[in-house]
Amino acid sequence: MCTYVTETFPVAGSAKGPSGWIRVTDAAVYFDHPVHASADHTLNIDLRRPADGPSARVGVELTAESARALAESILRVLDESAALAHA
Amino acid sequence: MDTSICAETVYITGDGGAEIEMYVARPQSDDWRGGMVFIHHLPGYDRETKEFVRRAADAGYDAICPNLYSRVGRDVAPDDAAAKVRADGGVADVQVMGDVGVAVEHLRSLPTSNGKVAVIGHCSGGRQTFLAAATLPIDAAIVCYGGMIAGDGPPPQLPSMVPLLDRAADVGCPMLGLFGNDDQFPTPAQVDEIDKALTEAGKNHEFHRYDGAGHAFFSPDRTAYRVEAALDGWERIWAFVATHLKG
Repeated sequence: MCTYVTETFPVAGSAKGPSGWIRVTDAAVYFDHPVHASADHTLNIDLRRPADGPSARVGVELTAESARALAESILRVLDESAALAHA
Repeated sequence: MDTSICAETVYITGDGGAEIEMYVARPQSDDWRGGMVFIHHLPGYDRETKEFVRRAADAGYDAICPNLYSRVGRDVAPDDAAAKVRADGGVADVQVMGDVGVAVEHLRSLPTSNGKVAVIGHCSGGRQTFLAAATLPIDAAIVCYGGMIAGDGPPPQLPSMVPLLDRAADVGCPMLGLFGNDDQFPTPAQVDEIDKALTEAGKNHEFHRYDGAGHAFFSPDRTAYRVEAALDGWERIWAFVATHLKG
């Protein structure tokens, strides 16, 4: 299927691709066919810097299970770090 | 029999005067023949689609695929171009039809052309093929699991993907539809709706549906590939164009 379900939002940070680090300004998250991963559908994340052209992009394609594990891990680490900061 | 083909990249002025990259594959014989325009899927102007174009040339047709993301820039990787287009909300139908129309006329301008041209597309290209059948002067249309032809409305992130069922009455050429019964975009119920709309409009069409196949069953490099459905689908495509692109 092509879900076409896409979310885009601004981000601040950096990502590293084959040509080195880029300061990313935009993210897109969608569930659709991967370009490279071996799965019918994957959770895809594009971290981009459109000001530097369409090739300024780091792309990730994860199985749904892996993406959920990543998302939960991100939230867990952020929550635990916040708790320590306030301890 | 000469089975040689030539494949190359050309640049043609498309909708709005933009320079559009197009991939062209042609038999090397001088025989008169029909042409086929391939509309690439949402993931872009990729190797898989170019393989389809060469396959059509090998089958005896002049074939072309316009890069609908050409405006993103030359020498941009297809996946990077697709990521930008997706993030920007997709490509407007009117621009796609402009570019596809230019590709159709390019095929008709070739010295080997018998004047007949089919349009074929997969996934989002299947939807755009349905629209081409209702918009452009073409001789045949092949819709492969086109999503968002039927349905309630476009996803908010891609507002250009409006449903097209209300255009069924405008379809001006025979249509072949190939669908997987495990697909969710379109669902089997939506395929029924498309079939019904074309039937009620009195349009010449034939739909084939495959059990055990879902979306993208023609894609050999994806886990969705279903060899039996794909091979039967290709046979039906060649039979369909042999009938409708005959000079």
